[in-house]
Amino acid sequence: MSKVMVVTSGKGGVGKSTTSASLGAALAQAGQNVVLVDFDVGLRNLDLIMGAERRVVFDLVNVVQGDAKLAQALIRDKRVETLHLLPASQTRDKDALTEEGVERVINELRERFDWIICDSPAGIEKGATLAMRFADLAVVVTNPEVSSVRDSDRIIGMLDSKTLRAERGETMEKHLLLTRYDPARAARGEMMKVEDVLEILAIPLLGVVGESPDVLTASNLGCPVTLHNPSSPAAKAYADAARRLMGETVAVQVPAEKRSFMDRLFGRKAAAA
Amino acid sequence: MSIFSFLARKQSAPVARDRLQVLLAHERALDGRSDIVAQLQQEILAVIAKHFPIDQDKVVVKLDRSQRVSTLEIDIEMPPETSARA
Repeated sequence: MSKVMVVTSGKGGVGKSTTSASLGAALAQAGQNVVLVDFDVGLRNLDLIMGAERRVVFDLVNVVQGDAKLAQALIRDKRVETLHLLPASQTRDKDALTEEGVERVINELRERFDWIICDSPAGIEKGATLAMRFADLAVVVTNPEVSSVRDSDRIIGMLDSKTLRAERGETMEKHLLLTRYDPARAARGEMMKVEDVLEILAIPLLGVVGESPDVLTASNLGCPVTLHNPSSPAAKAYADAARRLMGETVAVQVPAEKRSFMDRLFGRKAAAA
Repeated sequence: MSIFSFLARKQSAPVARDRLQVLLAHERALDGRSDIVAQLQQEILAVIAKHFPIDQDKVVVKLDRSQRVSTLEIDIEMPPETSARA
């Protein structure tokens, strides 16, 4: 059965596209048929993060408006053959997407893919509401920072009221993915801890991705971090999150401060939840 | 400034958490209320208007939600006796 998953946050720059690409690639590596749909019309970027920017011919708007067939617009990943991308268009027309058109495309994608990952634009405007409209579940990407947490709270409210599932009275499955977490700063009381954010937002935790230079390296190269550097802690966090999405029980590893020599010597365990 | 002032420096993360908890409790209450309260106000007004001529602004509906107590406050200012229908 196919699942439509929106990756959303409200605030920009918290890592929605990075998360869409990394989770999508991890799911595809696990043998799932995955399509990433970029809903950020006018400011597409998922193509760049996926390294497919030179292969875009048709896009989501062309398919929604009936100017191209779905098969013409889908870009198959060169590294993982079960991974596909449906890019956004660069048009400035805000009303290029219609609810009926998006519904038709999503339904068509449901026939071909196990996972339809909708990469939401920032904000709470039409693009963001359409990206979540037909979702079965949501990944809320949040940084441990006040404005990001507040915007995530707002988005959670929208997921519970503006989606088709919510309107039908069905529950909307929501997962928190905390990104850019710095365990050393959290330990010093300079950054909210995982528990603080969880307590405030009160949705289940899908994973914690630590602040990592590997993420920027991966996007520089146009390759999701889960493919480019699978042994990096960020890639492992995304791969574990993907396994949880597939229903496996995997304990969440909270990035820990690097242990000092003395700690290692005495075998002290770093805090992990 | 004392050289020990860094010891007394307050950690900022608990402040962030507390500010968010207060703010979001307020914003969540506002969010749910906009529709329900407007609807309540309309319906209450309609019921009263059956019996008394009443000013739109004389019915005030307030909904407050906090962690422990939620209150629904309805304030209706009745017209003076003389204007009531016999």
